[in-house]
Amino acid sequence: MKKELSFITVIGKDKRGIVAKVSDLLYKNNINIEDINQKIMEGLFVMTMLVDISGCRCPIKRLNSSLENIGKKMGLKIQLQHENIFKMMHRV
Amino acid sequence: MAITVDEVFETSKMILYQNLDIRTTTLGINLKDCVDSDFRTFKKKVYDKIYKNGSVLIKEAKKLELKYGVPIVNKRISVTPVSLIMETHLRKEKFLEMAKVLDNAAKDAGVDFIGGFGALCQKGLTRSDRLLIETLPDVLSKTKHVCSFLNVGSNVSGMNLDAVNLLGAMLKKIAKKTKNGSGCARFVVFVNAPEDNPFMAGAFHGVGEGDAALNIGISGPGVVRSVVEKNKDCDLTELSEIIKRTVFKITRAGELIGRELAKNLKIPFGVVDISLASTTNKGDSVADVIEAFGIESIGAHGSTLAIALLMDAVKKGGAMASANVGGLSGTFIPVSEDLGMVEAVKRKSLSLDKLEALTAVCSVGLDMVAIPGNTPEETINAIIADELSIGIINNKTVGVRILPIPGKKPGDLVKLGGLLGIAPVMSVNKYSAKNFIKRGGRLPAPVTSLRN
Repeated sequence: MKKELSFITVIGKDKRGIVAKVSDLLYKNNINIEDINQKIMEGLFVMTMLVDISGCRCPIKRLNSSLENIGKKMGLKIQLQHENIFKMMHRV
Repeated sequence: MAITVDEVFETSKMILYQNLDIRTTTLGINLKDCVDSDFRTFKKKVYDKIYKNGSVLIKEAKKLELKYGVPIVNKRISVTPVSLIMETHLRKEKFLEMAKVLDNAAKDAGVDFIGGFGALCQKGLTRSDRLLIETLPDVLSKTKHVCSFLNVGSNVSGMNLDAVNLLGAMLKKIAKKTKNGSGCARFVVFVNAPEDNPFMAGAFHGVGEGDAALNIGISGPGVVRSVVEKNKDCDLTELSEIIKRTVFKITRAGELIGRELAKNLKIPFGVVDISLASTTNKGDSVADVIEAFGIESIGAHGSTLAIALLMDAVKKGGAMASANVGGLSGTFIPVSEDLGMVEAVKRKSLSLDKLEALTAVCSVGLDMVAIPGNTPEETINAIIADELSIGIINNKTVGVRILPIPGKKPGDLVKLGGLLGIAPVMSVNKYSAKNFIKRGGRLPAPVTSLRN
């Protein structure tokens, strides 16, 4: 199946269990993590995960709200965005 | 090359903290094919066409909002200028009925505004144009979603002062019939009106357009302010470069979403309008950008230069990012819809006169300006004509959206509600231009039109 790559961005305060919680959700929904990066920027913990959502078992809307729920519980901002928006904005 | 964490973070910050959004997706629909000699059939065709297209627009826009995580704030429809399609149904009550059809179709489809209840009368008024103008006070007070426009001039035909002379009295009637005069916010008078402008209240689907077109307005004054604030000491050339780069990025987001939405709707992609458009949200203000340049309060000497620089940089960045830049594409400086502008008027830094000067170097013109309700109608006509002459002579689009608010005097604050914000009532020159304006007729086209 053709890959469909999206970025999951986690922004907030670093704490134990962020990667575990997010990757558990991804595993349960048959989503593969292609790449993972993190960095402290402007005093914030920023983690990006490049994920392949082509085999996702649930509608994107539900995946998005599950991620938002994790974010709410852990005091983080979590976004899910198709990679094309970053390619368009940051590559000529 | 892979996208870096820094790049992802930059985009996320724009959306999460700096109010980057797709301000509007506006679907232009041709209504000429709905015209029918039987008025009932005509109305049904109009309703069905708008409802069908409008509901699909909402559904598809929501999907993309989710896919890219960029809010699409407003979903709107623009239609063929209504005066044109009503030429064979010249009765006042029919105009009102048609407005209600548009209003209901927009409401039922779930779009917030429908634009195009207007006329192109840059050279003369048809009977239909006159009837439409006569009906507008009723139309705007009895509908919620209908927006109206008139194009009363252009570079090649000059300005139709006879049409302008109908507006002062009309605006005062609209103001009396709607709460706090807010109905006037749904009417814009233009010269050189673009046929593909996605922004309300002036959007319409031009007669040169195809059956349908999707136009997008992207906006992020907060994003621009944030980069300007980070670069406090650079000179004007560098400042322009920084703004260009930022506007390039936000326009690309609009281009991506606009093209994909048009593709999913199976209609041609029209334009990206790159105008910086403020909202009443804190930080989402064009005045704040100007003040971040180093101007103490917008309206101070130096503001015209600042707007000129901003406007030019926005256009350059946007033009590089999309092959289809159109609409107004500049910088809006509405008064009531921009908290920074409101504050500047309150502290007497920004007057109507300086605002007029600012509009000579940016787009749109006098926008969301409240004036005392007892301003003589000839003076309102003169304010409109002054502003529009700037557009005629400088080969550019300008418009006027002005609200003569009953019972209010300079310095009063008027709550218009929602997106329209709070309008500080501005003072107007007390001397009259009545004897000049009442001459009427047409301002001849400027000599630039003789290049053909």
